[in-house]
Amino acid sequence: MATMTETTPPGTEAPAFWDLDPHEHPPGASTMLGFWLYLMSDCLIFAMLFASWGVYGASYAGGPTPKELFDLKLVAVNTAMLLFSSITYGFAMIASDEKRKSAVLGWLAATGLFGAAFLAIELYEFSHLLHEGAGPQRSAFLSAFFTLVGTHGLHVTFGLIWLITLMVQVSRRGLEPANLRRLQCLSLFWHFLDVIWIGVFTFVYLLGVLR
Amino acid sequence: MSAPSHNVDHAHGDHAHDDHGGAPHGSRRSYLTGFALSVVLTAIPFGLVMGGWIANVQVVIGICMALALVQIVVHMIYFLHMNSKSESGWTLMALIFTIIIVVIALAGTLWVMFHMNLNMMPGMEMSGSM
Repeated sequence: MATMTETTPPGTEAPAFWDLDPHEHPPGASTMLGFWLYLMSDCLIFAMLFASWGVYGASYAGGPTPKELFDLKLVAVNTAMLLFSSITYGFAMIASDEKRKSAVLGWLAATGLFGAAFLAIELYEFSHLLHEGAGPQRSAFLSAFFTLVGTHGLHVTFGLIWLITLMVQVSRRGLEPANLRRLQCLSLFWHFLDVIWIGVFTFVYLLGVLR
Repeated sequence: MSAPSHNVDHAHGDHAHDDHGGAPHGSRRSYLTGFALSVVLTAIPFGLVMGGWIANVQVVIGICMALALVQIVVHMIYFLHMNSKSESGWTLMALIFTIIIVVIALAGTLWVMFHMNLNMMPGMEMSGSM
């Protein structure tokens, strides 16, 4: 039951038609905007975690300080891993533009390896801290640290699961429109995590050590 | 009267849909530019803090924060392909709204909690009771 209105605009003979129903949207037309809005709300979560870091970051409760705990060389390597994974994902996106399926899979695998290396280094750091008795229960500083960095690491973990799932999808069904859309969403997600990491290594590690 | 304007609207709508399929893509060149800039913008703050090139801590903090801000913008442009046209400008609109909320929340939290800490100082309590 399409709602059509017929009128004749002044000065013309032929009637004009309006289609008052919302027009058709191709499948997935609003996915990218919707995913972007999700990322923006995720951004608010991280903003709050950064705010609590700003408030509690210097509350050591007589415990260890960032200067004693953080190994900046490890953080530098970690940062490099995430940056490499960003550029390899970029190459995967370019390969998907050029419809080269095996290149897409190759670059996704490279991205996954760099992401896994990042996670491994982060877990090593966490276990090292816990081993030294600097767990999240030690002081407000460490609670804020583990919450912020841990939330980021959890995002990377889910990003990796998504990446592997997508590699299976692409290898089975090829670069069909739905898979291209998913690749774009993960691209936004992955680069967004790198943006958050800029805030983490600057405000948590570098400025923490300087404090 | 509204016929011509309606047609214009419709054309605009179609145009927006064309943009959708291809959310802006980067070229190999733009990814490499962003990567090179990011490497430089990451290396400088790490070098400053680890190498101790500048003695003044306040200056180092200022430089680190400024470079982080620049790198975030670099990532937004070269990796996330932000521009004013994607999704008819709605992604940029959402981003601006988010930035406003983030700034209010961060600045407000730090401001309030800093003053709370000052007022909770043991020294203040004692001087008040004396």
